[in-house]
Amino acid sequence: MEHTTINLTLKVWRQKNANDKGGFETYNVKGISTEMSFLEMFDVLNEQLIAENKEPIAFDHDCREGICGMCSMYINGRPHGPWHGTTTCQLHMRAFKDGETVTVEPWRAKAFPVIRDLVVDRAAFDRIIQAGGYISVNTGNAVDANAIPINKHDADNAFAAAACIGCGACVAACKNASAMLFVSAKVSQLALLPQGHPEREDRVLNMVAQMDKEGFGSCTNTGACEAECPKEISLENIARLNREYVAASAKSEG
Amino acid sequence: MAKESFISSSIGRKVIVGLTGLFLISFLLVHVGINATILLNDGGETFNTAAHFMSHNWVIRVMEIGLLAGLIAHVVMTLKLHFENKAKRPVGYAVIDGKANSKWYSRSMAVLGTLLLIFLVIHMADFWLHTKKSIYITGEEENPFEEVKRALTNPIVLIIYIGGFIALGYHLLHGFPSAFQSLGLNHKKYTPIIKALGTAYSIIVPGLFAVIALALFFGLVQ
Repeated sequence: MEHTTINLTLKVWRQKNANDKGGFETYNVKGISTEMSFLEMFDVLNEQLIAENKEPIAFDHDCREGICGMCSMYINGRPHGPWHGTTTCQLHMRAFKDGETVTVEPWRAKAFPVIRDLVVDRAAFDRIIQAGGYISVNTGNAVDANAIPINKHDADNAFAAAACIGCGACVAACKNASAMLFVSAKVSQLALLPQGHPEREDRVLNMVAQMDKEGFGSCTNTGACEAECPKEISLENIARLNREYVAASAKSEG
Repeated sequence: MAKESFISSSIGRKVIVGLTGLFLISFLLVHVGINATILLNDGGETFNTAAHFMSHNWVIRVMEIGLLAGLIAHVVMTLKLHFENKAKRPVGYAVIDGKANSKWYSRSMAVLGTLLLIFLVIHMADFWLHTKKSIYITGEEENPFEEVKRALTNPIVLIIYIGGFIALGYHLLHGFPSAFQSLGLNHKKYTPIIKALGTAYSIIVPGLFAVIALALFFGLVQ
């Protein structure tokens, strides 16, 4: 591909800490290679800010290869920007036109408070996983990995659900700030496999209770989460979560 | 960990919204079926017979209470969810590209539902209250067909009704398939059928209501 460079105007959310009111700052970046990733463009901007003796922009990132779920920017009205099935680190600058104004905001949700600039606290997801995202394994000799036969269809669906990286784009995209796609993926990947069955009912009840407690909204089936998920987690998982929850509630003696 | 009750959980509430929604959808089929007898153009004879049955049969009287309860449950639960959900994002976005990931009517169910509720109040005041008054207070001989004809010759009433049918169509376009998803029914083979059925229902039922209203307004049925 031909190497081109572009100039952009960036409107970036700046917020000193959780208590600061925050607001947008406008920056100009010049000579951005279209082969850069969106985060590399932010590195360039931050170096520019440091050279100007200004505070660099705080943003989350780790692996920069689309698998860790740390990057979390709401770009031009969409989580992870305009491309389908990609994280912000895998979004490349060829997605933007020369001279374009790009607005960058943090995830917005009561359950994801802003820590600083574009960094939000996603510990609510960790607490949901702690509430039920585990299985019981007996100690002793390791069991042969292939000892339990698993239907191929279930294995594939469990694998697809397990692709969730917990980035929170589903919450960011949802008009209700609902975490249903995330929770449904975490419940599904274990509910579909025999190893997840001993805790199956407690898991779904506890994880949903924790989800509600953390202050996420409820699902209204707009489908925005599925459309924006970088790992393309299916809405079928939310239906499975609903089924699992109804069945577990009906059986529960508590 | 303390378990939350089914009714107070986010999923339990959505199940109630879905179930009451499907119940109201089933009622619409009865309503549009009875209204369609107007198109027989028999001077309202069949329509009046059906309307008389609906307002006097005791089984229907009991079901009417159930219908009202279903409607109230649907409205109260969805409004509660709507305002709770709004509070889950105290600081909003400056830019939202909603059309990139969802349909406008899916995001506007509360507005469409409120428009429908306003329409329903007007509609009930027009016909339901009027019929009740005739039966229980004045004891006049009712002629529902003449009532409908009288109301729908007014162009303002016609516009309100057509507006109500459009809101109903879009509300159903999201609500019909959404109810099945809330109940956990999503399947590679059946969901496309449910969605197609939902789209057909959302066009045909409000469309038929509109055709009947227009036919009365333009005097095509007498």
